[in-house]
Formats: sequence, structure tokens, C-alpha cells
Amino acid sequence: MSADFTLAELLVVAASEAWRGNGELLASGIGVVPRLGASLAKLTHSPELMMTDAEAYLVEEPVPLGPRGSYVPRFSGAMSFARVFDCVWGGKRHVMIGPIQIDRFGQTNLSGIGDPFKPKVQMLGMRGLPGNSISHPNSMFVPNHGPRVFVAGEVDVVGGVGYNPARWPQGVSDRHVDLRLIVTDLCVMDFGGANHAVRVRSLHPGVSLEQVRAATGFPLEAAGTLPTTAGPTAEQLAIIRRLDPHNLRASVIKGNPSAFAPRAAGKPS
Amino acid sequence: MFDKTLSAGAVIAGLHDGMTIGIGGWGPRRKPMALVREILRSNLRDLTVVAYGGPDVGMLCAAGKVRRLYYGFVSLDAIPVEPWFRKAREAGSIEAHELDEGLLQWGLRAAAMRVPFLPTRVGLATDVMKLNPDFRTVKSPYADGEVLLAMPALNLDVALIHVDRADRLGNVQTLGPDPYFDELFARAAARTYASCEELSERLDLKYSADARFNIVERSYVTGVVPARFGAHPTSNPPAYGWDMEHLKAYTTLAGEADGWSRYVADFVALPEAQYLERQGGAARLGSLPPPVF
Repeated sequence: MSADFTLAELLVVAASEAWRGNGELLASGIGVVPRLGASLAKLTHSPELMMTDAEAYLVEEPVPLGPRGSYVPRFSGAMSFARVFDCVWGGKRHVMIGPIQIDRFGQTNLSGIGDPFKPKVQMLGMRGLPGNSISHPNSMFVPNHGPRVFVAGEVDVVGGVGYNPARWPQGVSDRHVDLRLIVTDLCVMDFGGANHAVRVRSLHPGVSLEQVRAATGFPLEAAGTLPTTAGPTAEQLAIIRRLDPHNLRASVIKGNPSAFAPRAAGKPS
Repeated sequence: MFDKTLSAGAVIAGLHDGMTIGIGGWGPRRKPMALVREILRSNLRDLTVVAYGGPDVGMLCAAGKVRRLYYGFVSLDAIPVEPWFRKAREAGSIEAHELDEGLLQWGLRAAAMRVPFLPTRVGLATDVMKLNPDFRTVKSPYADGEVLLAMPALNLDVALIHVDRADRLGNVQTLGPDPYFDELFARAAARTYASCEELSERLDLKYSADARFNIVERSYVTGVVPARFGAHPTSNPPAYGWDMEHLKAYTTLAGEADGWSRYVADFVALPEAQYLERQGGAARLGSLPPPVF
């Protein structure tokens, strides 16, 4: 592990683990950290992943974020939105997105806050959440782990499906529902608890399990003795810097702290 | 030969209150904005709009034209939530039929295939069902017996799209890397109008080698409207990028009490040629850079 790196850089490495060993899936990382994570995965442990230029073409070399200077992407194939839908419905994709709310079942919300018929705050809409979540592997990124994101009840608008038995009546098939990782600014979680309950897998440097539980609106399981989340190696760090030449990752976490900066205890956002 | 050329005014004069209108493009990309502006100038109201929404949907909401909206998202991309759509939703002033993006496509496809619905898992176990209380499920008649959503056909009275090239016969070509779902909008509609950057007598005589850029047959194109820069302020790659400066100013106005009437005074209540001049004319519009992600 490299001696000094930011929390955002650690999160990129943690996010990249979501795509390890996925096979030839379309790796879609929505937002700076997920996109860098998918790109890092392809350039290190999982070169078989498919990736786009974030527009309409497939690339074999992940495209750096932001203005490209002299870099010209080279295209290996086409990936229009119509073909993305085909990959989604065919199960050939793994997306990581940043929902505004997540509940204990892994149900996700990108639509808005409050009554869906007259929202207090309207956000983007369902986008592709219903189709993604019922068709292929999904992971989540949360830069502000707190009870307003990890809500006590159900999310206000269920866009992405989860493991809520009440929403799966007889005959409705959940066989392709496959929720993988949740990477937050405090920890990495998965759905490996009892009946797919959310479970802490590793804690970031200086974070305690009690702190994570206090910042979560529902009970969390823990996977035995919890390791510290691995930060980037020197090689990974060099790749991250090359993929993000404008340092967009510095704006993901407020103040762009070092991964080892002391945490303000029990301060849920 | 016949001639499908029309003015934007003539297209909109042929529409009526309460119609279901599909709008092509995707977010702030290749939207038929010249035609949308013509709707804003008209007295049309009570519209049902079906779109992958961008400023087209935001402006129609701001102008009070929308009664019912079928959408997967409404976004300006770099400005994630369309500001005027947000206002309309938070005021509860539109009947919002929020869908998954792929599900919207599925509804258009059902209409295009002239079947009442198409089955899918997408939407089940989510609040798509709550926001679309008329949606029903169907049980597979085969041994699996799976219960699926019967996505109803989104039959459109009219589709509006913007293309790079058209000819008087109704042949159209789009040159950008992604055709979006304009083909399905056209196939789902009883009538389709395409505004175009460039109108030719015959595309076959002028751009024969580019025939693969033809997104739908001319039998689906009712009329063509010459409208250079007709997608502004949205993008029409590779010709021009979106006008983020304009979209930012438009977004700022959404936070002001008389914002919409000021936008109308400055950018709607004037002829299209004057609108384009006010945006800097061809010199500026033709050099708006494509966005980089």
C-alpha cells in the first residue's frame, strides 16, 4: 500500500473491487468514483470488462475524465442507449450508482424526497433503476454515509428493487436480482447477512463499527472481525492519477481529506 | 413528386389541445426545440407528453402546456435535475407517470408493433406500479407461469424529432453517434414531423453513401421542417454541442418569481430567425463545442 493517499482514492480502489471477476460485462460507473473504480478494475485485475467512452462507443482503454488534451479515445465497438438497454435486459452489465436513499432491503431511490405524487424535492426520476436492479448486478456508492441516505423505513420512492419480500408476490421473479457492494465514505458493505441483510465487510482507517451503525437508519450485520479497507498501491495510485488528470476526485469528499485524517465521531450527515 | 415541406407554424397549427405528443432526443441532446418553441408560442394546452426529457419538457411544463407526462428522467445532464420540471413536480401541477428508461422504450415499441402491451420484468417490485396505477400484470401462459408487467403501448398522436438532413420526400438522416429512440417515437406515432438542419430536394442524389444514417422510413415522416440550429440550446453532434451558457441562465431564471415570463420575452416571443440571431447567429451556434465526459 502506498503511504499517503486521500479518502477518495481509497474509495476508488474499494469501488473497483465490485467488478472483480465479473467476466465480460459492461462496467458502468456513474459518477467520478464509480467510473474511476470501473476503469481501475479494467486496467488491473479484470481486463475482460467492457467499457464505454461515457457516450456511445465501446473502448478497450478506459477514457480519462474531463477535458482530454491530446488524448483521443479509440473505439472498439458501438454502444448506443438502445444497445445499453439490450445489455441491461440481457444481464450483461454491472452498474454502480449513487442513490439518494437506500433502505435495509437494498431498495434505492433516485426519484425524489417525500410523496411521489407531490415530492418535497424532485430529483432525476427513475432513470434506469427498475431495469438495472431486476436484470443484472448492481452496486452503490455513497459519499456521505448517514441516516438520511440509509433510511429507517423504505426509501420514499422505490426505483431500484431489493430484497423486500412484501414487494415480491407469488409468480414475480427475483432470480436476476443481484445486489453486490455498497461503498461509502465510512466502510464497505454487502448483502451477505441473513436473508440478504446489509452487512459491513470492512471499515476505512479510523472508523469504528459503532460509528457506522450510528450513521445508519437500520440495523447492520458485521462480517466477523472486520479488516481495514485497503488503500491504493503505488501502481493503482499512478493509474488513478492518469485517469483523472483534472483531479475531479478531490471534490467528491468535502475537504478532500487524507484516508487517515481523524474522523469526527458520531456526526451523521 | 410530392413535397412534405412545412413551416414550424403549419405543423403546430395542425395540433390540438389534449393530444399525446412524443418528443425525440435524449435529455439535452438533439431535441426538436424549434418545434417546441412553436408550441410555446401557440395556445395549445392539456398535452400528454412522452419523452426522455430535457429542456423540451421543462419549457412545456413552465408554460403550463403539460397535463400528463410519461418520462424516465428529465435532465440537462451537466445540470442534473431540469429546474422547471422540478418546479412543476414540486407544485404537483402535472400528472407524472414516471417510468424506467427502458420501459418507456418498451411502451413505444408496443405502439410501433400495434399490440396492446409487451411483457417485461422491468418495473415490477418498484413504485413504477404506484405512479402508474393503470398498469397491469400478466401471467405467462407457458409452463413457467411467471408474472410480468404488461407495459401498455404508448400510442402517440404526434412525434416531433430533429434530424441533420431531410429531403422533400420525408427521407431523414441523423449523423450523431447515437440515434436515441427517434425511430421508435416515429413508429409509435400516427404522424411524425422532423425538423432538419439541412433540407435537400433528394437525399439519394446528394448523400447516397450516407443512407445507413437513415433512422426511419419516409412512410413514417409526415412533414419536414427546415430549421438550421433547430436543436438549440440542446446538442446536435457532430454539428454542434449544447449551449450550457444558455441552459445555465435558463436554470437561474427558474429561481426567480417572474423567471418564465422573462424567458418568454427574451427567447420565445420572437420569430425563430431572431431567436437564433440573439444566440449569436451561425458564427457562435456552429462553433458550440461538443461536450466531453
